[in-house]
Amino acid sequence: MTFITANWNPLGEAFYRKSELYEMCWNLRDGLRDCLVAAAPYGGPIALLREPVRRSPSSRPQLEIYSASGVSIASFPWKSGPVVHLGWTVSDELLCIQEDGSVLIYDLFGSFKRHFSMGQEVVQSQVLEAKVFHSPYGTGVAIVTGSSRFIMATNIDDLKLRRLPEVPGLQGKPSCWVVLNQDRQTKVLLSTGSELYILDNTSCTAVSLPGLAPQGGSIVHMSVSFSYKYLAVLTDSGHLWTGPSHLQDKMSEVDTKKLTPPKQMVWCRRPKSQQPSVVLMWDRLLMVVGVCQDTIQFPTEDQCVLVGEMDGVRIISSTNQELLQEVPLVCQEIFKIASMAPGALLLEAHREYEKSSQKADEYLREIKEQSMLGEAVSQCIEAAGHEYDPNTQKSLMRAASFGKCFLTDFSPGQFVTTCRELRVLNSVRESSVGLPLTHTQFKQMTLQVLIDRLVYRQFYPLAIEMCRYLKIPDYQGVSRVLKHWASCKVQQKDLSDEAIARAMCAKVGDSPGVSYSDIAAKAYECGRTELAIKLLDFEARSGEQVPLLLKMKRSQLALSKAVESGDTDLVYTVVTYLKNEMNRGDFFMTLRNQPVALSLYRQFCKLQEQETLKDLYNQDDDHKELANYYVTASYREKRLESRLSLLQSAVDEYNKAKNEFSAKATEEEMRLLRFQRKLDDEKGAGLLELSLQATMEALLALGLYKQAEQLYRDFRVPDKRYWWLKLKSLAEKEEWDELEKFSKSKKSPIGYLAFVEVCMKSNNKYEAKKYVSKVTPEQRVKAHLAISDLDGAADAAIERKNDSEIATVLSRCSAADRLLIERLNRASTAKK
Amino acid sequence: MAAHLSYGRVNLNILREAARKELREFLDKCAGSKAIVWDEYLTGPFGLIAQYSLLKEHEVEKMFTLKSGKLPSADVKNIIFFVRPRLELMDIIAENVFSEDKMHSSRDFHILFVPRRSMLCEQRLKEQGVLASFVNIDEYILDLIPYDGDLLSMEYESAFRECYLENDQTSLYHTIYGKGDCARHVANMMLRMKREFAGSQNQILPVFDTLLLLDRNIDLLTPLATQLTYEGLIDEIYGITNGYVKLPPEKFAQKKQGEASKDLPTESKKLQLNSAEELYAEIRDKNFNAVGAALSKKAKIISAAFEERHNAKTVGEIKQFVSQLPHMQAARSSLANHTSIAELIKDITTSEAFFENLTVEQEFMTGVDTDKVNTYIEDCIAQKDPLIKILRLMCMQSVCNNGLKQKVFEYYKREILQTYGYEHILTLNNLEKASLLKLQTSSRNNYPTIRKTLKLWMEDANEQNPNDISYVYSGYAPLSVRLTQVLARPGWRSIEEVLKLLPGPHFEERQQLPAGLHKKRQQGENRTTLVFFLGGVSYAEIAALRFLSQMEDSGMEYIIATTKLLNGTTWIKSLMDRPESQIS
Repeated sequence: MTFITANWNPLGEAFYRKSELYEMCWNLRDGLRDCLVAAAPYGGPIALLREPVRRSPSSRPQLEIYSASGVSIASFPWKSGPVVHLGWTVSDELLCIQEDGSVLIYDLFGSFKRHFSMGQEVVQSQVLEAKVFHSPYGTGVAIVTGSSRFIMATNIDDLKLRRLPEVPGLQGKPSCWVVLNQDRQTKVLLSTGSELYILDNTSCTAVSLPGLAPQGGSIVHMSVSFSYKYLAVLTDSGHLWTGPSHLQDKMSEVDTKKLTPPKQMVWCRRPKSQQPSVVLMWDRLLMVVGVCQDTIQFPTEDQCVLVGEMDGVRIISSTNQELLQEVPLVCQEIFKIASMAPGALLLEAHREYEKSSQKADEYLREIKEQSMLGEAVSQCIEAAGHEYDPNTQKSLMRAASFGKCFLTDFSPGQFVTTCRELRVLNSVRESSVGLPLTHTQFKQMTLQVLIDRLVYRQFYPLAIEMCRYLKIPDYQGVSRVLKHWASCKVQQKDLSDEAIARAMCAKVGDSPGVSYSDIAAKAYECGRTELAIKLLDFEARSGEQVPLLLKMKRSQLALSKAVESGDTDLVYTVVTYLKNEMNRGDFFMTLRNQPVALSLYRQFCKLQEQETLKDLYNQDDDHKELANYYVTASYREKRLESRLSLLQSAVDEYNKAKNEFSAKATEEEMRLLRFQRKLDDEKGAGLLELSLQATMEALLALGLYKQAEQLYRDFRVPDKRYWWLKLKSLAEKEEWDELEKFSKSKKSPIGYLAFVEVCMKSNNKYEAKKYVSKVTPEQRVKAHLAISDLDGAADAAIERKNDSEIATVLSRCSAADRLLIERLNRASTAKK
Repeated sequence: MAAHLSYGRVNLNILREAARKELREFLDKCAGSKAIVWDEYLTGPFGLIAQYSLLKEHEVEKMFTLKSGKLPSADVKNIIFFVRPRLELMDIIAENVFSEDKMHSSRDFHILFVPRRSMLCEQRLKEQGVLASFVNIDEYILDLIPYDGDLLSMEYESAFRECYLENDQTSLYHTIYGKGDCARHVANMMLRMKREFAGSQNQILPVFDTLLLLDRNIDLLTPLATQLTYEGLIDEIYGITNGYVKLPPEKFAQKKQGEASKDLPTESKKLQLNSAEELYAEIRDKNFNAVGAALSKKAKIISAAFEERHNAKTVGEIKQFVSQLPHMQAARSSLANHTSIAELIKDITTSEAFFENLTVEQEFMTGVDTDKVNTYIEDCIAQKDPLIKILRLMCMQSVCNNGLKQKVFEYYKREILQTYGYEHILTLNNLEKASLLKLQTSSRNNYPTIRKTLKLWMEDANEQNPNDISYVYSGYAPLSVRLTQVLARPGWRSIEEVLKLLPGPHFEERQQLPAGLHKKRQQGENRTTLVFFLGGVSYAEIAALRFLSQMEDSGMEYIIATTKLLNGTTWIKSLMDRPESQIS
């Protein structure tokens, strides 16, 4: 434990440490010499393209992909054109930028995914240099061409090529250049040696470094920090200028006293860095130059590659990999020799406690006296997060746990989370997995992305284990992993459809959020239609199955799935598809097996294709609907004859449907129409299309009593209705004699009160009176009242000895009818 | 302005807010000035979600009604079509777009489908060759429109006519009860969706304890009867559409002294009706016979409040009085409005025709002479009363008699065809298909059994101070609501036999909830049930459910959702088919 500071080197007021991450698993015969190397940040994969000693068509270079720990993932001979630059995207895809400007994209396992070009002009002028960069928009590519033009794509997934303005006086490639990300804009900062320019979308601006000593000389190397906030510039006189990348300020200028340009130059900082630095690498020397002018020098034996991280620099050599970083403040406080920080004391206290020494109590007391125990616990937890060695982590966590016992209201959240995260980190740092993430990087990257990365590397069991351990909701965790696993599984050509489907069902089961239709689509893409159908069967959302089924030409199945989904629109979609695809007979047969689809299609036809509707009914022998169809259709006809012929068809169908009533009603309508047409022709009566009742009414109004009578008899109109009709019609025409004659024609089926009321409606009291006497006794009071004959009403009411009738009459009496009122009252009381 | 939505146990205003937010988001997608072309049917429902002012804030400058031909000219950058996914509308849009392109070319077109985007419609637009002209094609999911603090409607007019659509609010419900074929269908679909979406949705604390799905076809009777609550009568007589009613203007003329009443307003008076209006909330669900008393009581309170000013002595008291003035004045004008409406309705309810009609309805409901030709119906036909009135009565008789005898049935049908015209044969066929009219097949009539077991007829209905839901129809207790009531207590097991008599299956499903989501109920807190009427619900039924919510010992609160708010007239109308004659 005491040796924990052994690899610490002071730089200014801070310390830098270089700790070993891995002994590399790879076995490189020629080291990293003469290689194009690309190593992704966040412990990403490493790609190597070894240049053959002599370029000849027979000896192809080998492209090799390794995990960060050097485990070989893929290796294949490079068959395309000469590569200028290699780089990794944020989703672990390898970009190979070729001399002719085409960019080939491979996945982690070396399988080709797609390619794009940096523009036609590049084919001619060739790529001189290229850089891959990351921004909030994704992964970008910038190149400089043989004609000294910069071309840039800020996001390769949404490719938009931007040709940057010309740089004045630039011949060939610039002496050095970097891509900057400022104010949501991507720019290029380049140096032609003596001059410095910023290139953005529209302009090329000459800039200068504030405070760079005049004897500085021309610029040979530039480096921008991980966050794009800081810039380091090295001149040919060995002066290193550092400052913010907006070039308004200067942080420091250090003379490295080295005149040869370094192989690589990378910023080394961390969030809340006390002492940022720039790491320069020469053939046998690694120099850490602090902004504070201090330097640390490490000798190196081998060719190395520096990988800038957000909180340090990884140094990859052919034998091992180290992490160079500024020691985090909290670790400094705990482990610095003779530190009195609360965390340091707590660690010490715990160490004594383990030795069963009473000194533990003294240390604890000291912390408690300053009421710093909470702080101490937090420090230990935080420091544990920053430590790479599991033993150190453990001792810090144990100390924290020990300290926690003496606190009553310390929230366990931080402790528990850190424990969990450390377990996750330790497991991915394993050499076999090879993701050397620091805690800071992990936090920045987020768990989601980490799971994605594991999935890209096909560490499915580990990813699932992790999701379960961290209790991530299935939808974001396990299901997502399973989804990837499944789409990878369907591509395994060596397994039978059956086996895959079975495995799929067993593993994925009912996991929420896994879309079987997506997996099936993948299977279909790989040409495994049968498998796709098998998989679709597992899909719960029938709606999702439909588009793919249609695509695979399983239209019948698609239809039943669409019906199952209950989505009307989906059913219509499939139906329309089927209609175009099948001949009519088959189409109808298919629909017949799907009643829901059929009825929906009927609705569609009702609105859009009346003719088809008829065929449908015909096929089903649905005579009733067919009859209804003919009735509806008959109204669309412009000529009476055609309407009649359609109605005749309706009659036939109604008869077939054994619906006698409707058949008869239709026949009657036809008779009526003919009758109307005849009368219209003869008398110009304008009867056509009137209802029977209205026809009779019109006839009566025209005085065509005979014809009305004829209809009444022919159509067996109920007496009551006919009497009402005639009564009203005659009263309206004030044909009082005719009315009287009519009333006497036979006993009125509607009684005679109706006559009284209708006459009164025409204000003919005289006529009304004629009928009062004929009214039945029950209605007599009402009849007398109708003609305002109070006396008569009173007589009738008293005669009938009916209380409510007496009351009705009373209510109609006014004060003037005193005598009548008395009489009525008497009658009423007499009864009681 | 939509505060009344949030008064209830379940805050329905969030639904409205969500709908507004979505609308704003869509409008902002189309940058620049815009004109909206409306499918006329949608303006009503949208009025409940967003006023013109909201649209205006998002640069909507003009509004047109969708019709064929050329679009009216408007100096705007965007033309947005708000339409239902109907093929015939697509043809109109295509026509609009075609005639437009010749004149301008700088205007952008957008379509917003309400409530669902439809591939079929897009296909049609593609066939017409205009699909590419649209910059945005989007859907606006307006399923359940909040009408009031406890009322949601899909305003899907033909829901009863067509088969029912799905509803995907699965996470809201806890236990599902249901009765009816369609209810079963919907429930199946919901359970499947629940499985499909499991995990993808955030786990939401269920708002409702129970969901009750009721098919309209288990209770065909209730909407046919004339509603006798205040709100029900307004709807029966004047028709409430989207929360608004249009009334004849005469009664609402400003009667000022000295002014001659010559210039009566000719345009009908439009009033918004919802529980935001205190007085309306109080009287809407009362039996109309109790409304007069309530209004006069209110009148006294208001005038007493105005009298207060004489008692106000100190400045403080006067100030307090003045501060209450706006509220009091609003109350007074609301009182004046409702007094006028009540007078209008009273004129009708006291008429002989109304009385006779009601008498016949009640005879049917109590099972008097339902197997004979009814003379009142006969007379009404002879007098050529409105056909819908006849159909309502006929259907009622049929429902109460478990179908009509062949002789009676055919007599009625003949009378209708002869009097109103042969074309109504289609409507009659439709009503038969919907079982509203049917031929008595067995001699057994179930209705009396159902009526007796479920106590659908209460002889002594108390209209003033109701003690049973039967007050809403002055005697008849709506079957649908009675089922709801029995479900809450003592449970459906007690009426197993009757349920078997009603059409369709009945069922119960219990949704599994993660343990953490079980609600911890406070002592005395009521349980909430969402009653979903598939195929429509009447205002009287809503009143009856509200009455149940308010009953002290019910222990249950009801939120009502439906496919459509209806009454007998609108319902029958939706089932009618009337071909237009082409003979010239």
